[in-house]
Amino acid sequence: MQGATAVVERVFREEYGRLIASLVRRFGDIDVAEEAAGEALVSALQKWPESGVPPNPGGWLTTTARNRAIDRIRRERQRDAKQQAAVVQYDDTPHEPTGPIEDDRLRLVFTCCHPALAPEARIALTLRLLGGLTVAEIARAFLVPETTMAQRITRAKKKIAAARVPYRVPEAADLPDRLGGVLTVLFLVFNEGYLASGDGDPVRAELTAEAIRLTRILRRLLPGQPEITGLLALMVLTEARRQSRVRNGQLVPLGEQDRARWDRALIAEGHDLVRECLALGRPGRFQVLAAINAVHTDAPAASDTEWSQVVALYDQLARLDPSPIVALNRAVAVAELDGPEVALCLVDRLPLTGYHAWHATRADLLRRLGHSAQAKAAYDAAIAATQNSAERAYLSRKRGELV
Amino acid sequence: MTHYLLAVHGPAEPDEFGTYGSREEMEEAFAATGAFNDRLHADGYWVFAGGLQSAATATVVDGQGETPVITDGPYLESKEVIGGFWVIDAPDLDVALELAAAGSKACRGKVEVRPFEGLA
Repeated sequence: MQGATAVVERVFREEYGRLIASLVRRFGDIDVAEEAAGEALVSALQKWPESGVPPNPGGWLTTTARNRAIDRIRRERQRDAKQQAAVVQYDDTPHEPTGPIEDDRLRLVFTCCHPALAPEARIALTLRLLGGLTVAEIARAFLVPETTMAQRITRAKKKIAAARVPYRVPEAADLPDRLGGVLTVLFLVFNEGYLASGDGDPVRAELTAEAIRLTRILRRLLPGQPEITGLLALMVLTEARRQSRVRNGQLVPLGEQDRARWDRALIAEGHDLVRECLALGRPGRFQVLAAINAVHTDAPAASDTEWSQVVALYDQLARLDPSPIVALNRAVAVAELDGPEVALCLVDRLPLTGYHAWHATRADLLRRLGHSAQAKAAYDAAIAATQNSAERAYLSRKRGELV
Repeated sequence: MTHYLLAVHGPAEPDEFGTYGSREEMEEAFAATGAFNDRLHADGYWVFAGGLQSAATATVVDGQGETPVITDGPYLESKEVIGGFWVIDAPDLDVALELAAAGSKACRGKVEVRPFEGLA
């Protein structure tokens, strides 16, 4: 029995995004969709352990959920005929193609990541509706109380309904802009998993895995978009190093990682994806970031890294994204090529005094230049600016080693 | 279809050319706004629109007590106030946002888009 329940839950989680998306299209209402999906799960938990998992479990869940939703609408119509129009917009007509691609999940991801919603709500809705994470799981991942997360999601769903945020893939002309917003949400989910901002687990593998899974789906649904491929490449090349990234509770910087523990299959996949991007010849921010990671993961040892290539790629990235954070990362590569003194000059003029990585970079450069007292102060500032336990442990050790 | 309010926000204290800086710019903005209004009519989005006198002409009335209390000036003291608005009827928020962007460009002000709960 226990095994059967686990199978139902796994299938439900895998099918959740598709299930919700098709229900949302059909009934035009997220709450109706979620409730019907929940009822289908209850039904599956009752029936599957006895009758076995049906041959097409996703289809079974969809049919069951649809029937439950229709039953509910009928009940509500009988109860109050006047309310019928207000309760749900019941759409039984076959849907018209309204965008370049027809897939319910694709429409829903553009709804969840709509620029009219608050950024944190976009992330939460995407994980809830497409990832199938529970509100409690999302709340835990972002270290906010469950009630706060529930309110955030409810508010966003209300806005979607009241302001009529459409379930539609944007027109081709708007697609690059809006797709950029979706990719940013997926990247933020990944980053939160890879270097958690709070003081809980330093790395949250469930978030990195979910971000990769959703990006893979997006890539299947929207082929020929090099930035999606670039983001997927960036994620898998980063994920490949996850096992070697924390040792004894301390963050291990790239140069000191045990490269034998890197995931070779993910690296091979990432390199293939980067080559695919290069062949398309339409570079973008995520593709260049992926290429930088490809250079790093190509080096058998840290000392083999082709830093001139890394710096050249950062130059390209800075043209696409002239942000101080890109300039900071470029300076880290410049330090390897032209020395810490040149890099420190670059770092010192960046307006990033509230950013932990800026202080950590300065601390490292000052340490390498032998400016012990200044380096200590910079480590203190970096420690104060981060909540991540593994990063704090690493910075504290480096500070302690200074004489 | 949903009704949306497109409210134009601008400085509370306009100069002699409204909020536009010069006579030329003011006339250009008026012409562009007129063209935008024509488009709303032609495409079937138009419900109602209007420009407001300056916030200094506003009066607040509180009629909840036994006798109404009348206070001069706008309800909220702020540097930016609603200078005018459109009410449109659009199929969804993306259409409303696209129209708001065009309206904002025409009248040279930031536009807040808000759905109506209903229209009487």
